[in-house]
Amino acid sequence: MKPSKSKIFTNGIITSNPVFRLVLGTCPTLAVTTSAFNGLGMGLAATLVLVCSNALVSLLRKVIPDKVRIPCFVLIIATFVTLVEMLLKRFVPALYSALGIYLPLIVVNCIILARAEAFASTNTVGDSILDGLGMGLGFTLSLMTMGFIREFLGAGTIFVGSLGEIEFGATLGAMPDYAMSVFVMPAGGFLVFGLMMALINWAMDKYEQKRKAKLEAEALHIEESKRYLDEIAESEEVKVENLEGQEVEA
Amino acid sequence: MSKYIVSSSPHISSKSTTQKLMLDVIIALVPTVIASVVLYGFYPLFLLILSVGTAVFSEWSFNTITKRPNSTRDLSAIVTGMIFALCLPPVVPFYVAIVGAAFAIIIVKMLFGGIGRNFANPAVTARIFVMLCWAGVMTKFVAPIDLSDGANLFSYFTHAVNINLPDAITTATPLAVIKGATGNPVEGLSALDMFLGRIGGSAGEVSTLAVLIGGLYLTIRRVIDVRIPLLYIGSTVVFTAIFYANTDFVGEYVWSGLLGGGLVFGAFFMATDYATSPKSTVAVIIYGLLLGFITVIIRKFGSYPEGVSFAILIMNIVTPLLEKIKPRVFGQPKKDFVLIIKNKQAEREAKKALKAAEGGVANE
Repeated sequence: MKPSKSKIFTNGIITSNPVFRLVLGTCPTLAVTTSAFNGLGMGLAATLVLVCSNALVSLLRKVIPDKVRIPCFVLIIATFVTLVEMLLKRFVPALYSALGIYLPLIVVNCIILARAEAFASTNTVGDSILDGLGMGLGFTLSLMTMGFIREFLGAGTIFVGSLGEIEFGATLGAMPDYAMSVFVMPAGGFLVFGLMMALINWAMDKYEQKRKAKLEAEALHIEESKRYLDEIAESEEVKVENLEGQEVEA
Repeated sequence: MSKYIVSSSPHISSKSTTQKLMLDVIIALVPTVIASVVLYGFYPLFLLILSVGTAVFSEWSFNTITKRPNSTRDLSAIVTGMIFALCLPPVVPFYVAIVGAAFAIIIVKMLFGGIGRNFANPAVTARIFVMLCWAGVMTKFVAPIDLSDGANLFSYFTHAVNINLPDAITTATPLAVIKGATGNPVEGLSALDMFLGRIGGSAGEVSTLAVLIGGLYLTIRRVIDVRIPLLYIGSTVVFTAIFYANTDFVGEYVWSGLLGGGLVFGAFFMATDYATSPKSTVAVIIYGLLLGFITVIIRKFGSYPEGVSFAILIMNIVTPLLEKIKPRVFGQPKKDFVLIIKNKQAEREAKKALKAAEGGVANE
């Protein structure tokens, strides 16, 4: 069965969220989520690369020989990463320096390579773009949430960052004095990552259970109503028979 | 006929329960609690009550929310809360005790499945967590109350509380002094002071005497495996002597390392946790020796003053590996390594011969 367009799109955001469900791209996830703004930047950069590379890989899927497909994918991805890197360096230098080595490392980001290999190389261009967009947004959302939690607990600020000359974000009163600095350290990254993954998988399991129970209940309901209809039909038949019998008597 | 009872094993039952073991640990901690009050006043006791309360409440509420049977009655949450509070500096703000105890119970213990399923000692992990969170307040220590130096009974209520006032007396722990020292590390401190606890340090660990009383009680009641603390303390002494052999004050370094930090407390109360320490003799020996080695390495070269707690955490994580060293099953022959190697060689040669034969067939 071919999945619908909306399913392809939402797949990456919830059901197979690259960070928490597929556990791909863990390296940038742990390294750059020290603040929500860095997470957002990293996520958007990866999304851009993902959409472009998915589109190009899908376009060339009949041209690329099977044996050398991985080098071809890497070449395509590297092209777009270089583009994104130059763009960020020119327009958002602060974010560029904050992301550091993890920006060029998008080339070997598992999510992008995995989507090229598992989806784009066998699907149409439109579907591949949608898939890239969904996966990218799922990645961005995950990174931003983690960054938000880690920044709030670890530094006592909310969404601090700067775009060009515009500074934004808020510092919460005396919160920085009491901030738990472990959360902006690598140890805190693992802690938040593990806890969020546990929470999301638990919620997904609960949701699946509920959905299954609902489906079962519906099936049961349908069966029951069928039986009820059958009963009615039977009793009507009996009535008709009775009527016929009465007529004969008369 | 009926004088024989038919039943399945086990046939010998013991009266010991988790609750009784934990009660023994609580009793063993009492001298340490008394020592902390005598040395630093009532504030450490307040922290202890807060920590125990938070620990029990966390366990109870976790069980209630996740609809599990209530497990607070086995007293293990109280033990965790007590040990955690006792390894805090006597002057930390109250929220450190609350956050740490909740972290120990909810994240380290309950999320991994409750008592007996924790991968590391909850108290040690919580101590490291709060240390990494608030390194500033966790490294602030206060000198004990000195009644001969103008202190009166009133100061038992105010001594540790006013650490943030400008005239508060802060002090460094002997180990913090050692770190940067090149000369005599413990100038002006006597071994007796350290043994009794008249130094700066965490509330429960400074008084080695009190800890030893508790440790002795646990050993006599056979609650803990006494080989672990003895090996740990012994290997720390040996490795300290080795690592400081090039200084003129090896003896001073050894006994200040032994008495000045959390070594004895950690060895008796934290390294011996059932769920996170190995059982077989070889594994226990490796465990004890490596604990001492890592402690000394971190004390000498690490950037955090956390030799004992990091060493215990690391070895807790290694314990599942050590547990693979199993004792020989009774009645089975001893392993003959020469025979094993010979068998392996023969196997390899046979494989080679087979391959050569196959290759020959293919070539033909």
